[in-house]
Amino acid sequence: MPNEPNLIVLTINGERKEVRVWPTETLADTLRERLGLTGTRIMCNEGECGSCSLLIDGKPVLSCLTLAIECEGKDILTIEGLADPTTGALHPIQKAFVEHSGMQCGVCTAGVILTAKALLDENPEPTEDGVREALAGNLCRCGNYKSITKSVLAAAEMMKGDAQHG
Amino acid sequence: MITEKLKYLEPKTIEEAVSLLSRHKEAAKVIAGGTDLITQLKKGAELPRYIINIKGIPNQDSITYDEREGLRIGALATIHSIEVSPVIRQKFGVLAQAASELGTSQIRNCATIGGNLCNAAPSAETAPALLVLEARLKIAGANGERTVHIEDFFTSPGQTVLHPDEILSEIQVPNPLPRSGGVYIKQTVRKALDLATVGVAVITRLDGDIIRDVKIALGAVAPTPIRARKAETVIREQRLDDALLDEAGLVASEEASPIDDIRSSADYRRKIIRVLVGRAIRQAAEQIKAV
Repeated sequence: MPNEPNLIVLTINGERKEVRVWPTETLADTLRERLGLTGTRIMCNEGECGSCSLLIDGKPVLSCLTLAIECEGKDILTIEGLADPTTGALHPIQKAFVEHSGMQCGVCTAGVILTAKALLDENPEPTEDGVREALAGNLCRCGNYKSITKSVLAAAEMMKGDAQHG
Repeated sequence: MITEKLKYLEPKTIEEAVSLLSRHKEAAKVIAGGTDLITQLKKGAELPRYIINIKGIPNQDSITYDEREGLRIGALATIHSIEVSPVIRQKFGVLAQAASELGTSQIRNCATIGGNLCNAAPSAETAPALLVLEARLKIAGANGERTVHIEDFFTSPGQTVLHPDEILSEIQVPNPLPRSGGVYIKQTVRKALDLATVGVAVITRLDGDIIRDVKIALGAVAPTPIRARKAETVIREQRLDDALLDEAGLVASEEASPIDDIRSSADYRRKIIRVLVGRAIRQAAEQIKAV
């Protein structure tokens, strides 16, 4: 009978991390409690708010409903992985959120930014409706939806510009 | 929710999964997308002693189409893959529509059609569409395989005909008849990220203005998802007009047995069924005319 957590290897923001997890431990808890990556927020903890959203193999998922033990061999991107690891330069989406007041209390922000990243990676020129629909699974209790949408659309513009000059 | 005694198992074949379930029976819980199971465990459902992750079984998530046989969907196909599948959008649009309404994008990336059906919520998003499509469900168990018509699959809220050693492996959908239109309408309290207060799926085939065939299914308004067969009989072979659609809606609302709950009252649900059935048939009819 197992009496210690299972040893697994998670690939987080490009780095391999060995960690021991209980089978029913969620990825959100593992990231926050065992790996000190507290950028991923837990708000409702039951899959109804989207705050814990992060990207696994490029797709937005709810980390509070994902078992850590099932994430071996997958590419996990958390909010800590967005800024440039060497220079610390913010990702365009992060810059846009700063410029356009995309956050107020910040609890929903990590989940929103990562979900927005997945959207823009798939569709670099979304409409406003497209942004709202893609972010429908991310609730913002500050009610900052207008600025969130504006920030994502501004990020799209920035990234289009970067792509053209890159 | 964490217990040290829980064992995590990863079968690599259906046979292995079935063998594990035969051995452990109710002490084991299958996990696919996990979006229902983990929520339930967090809310205090009894913890199993074994969690069986079936996502390691290969070739269980494919969507294949054949002109004669129709559609075959592996039980592990994600709701997202069904939402965006070109063949499902084109030929089985009511199912693609239902898939697009489930939860949110994050949930759809993980949730599976098998899990949606086996969790057997009365509001299961894909159920009304599969009911009007007359899907058949392939089930693997210790005694071999069997196929069950979806209308016989659900027995009560959260319960299906699956035995403890059985696992849903495939959803088979026959070709819809030519020149038919299908629509799924979900009534919700919130604009997004909500269970259906009422779900209505319709497939209809018209001959000019005559309703040659119609199938109506309702979700979230009975202990299981149901076909509204009395409503279908009332309007089959009749001329499509507003009065007829209202009658269909009325009969359907009486076939349902909705309850009062946190989302809505039984009375309001009946009223909404009456409206949505007519609306869905009208939209399906317009789909046919638009082709």
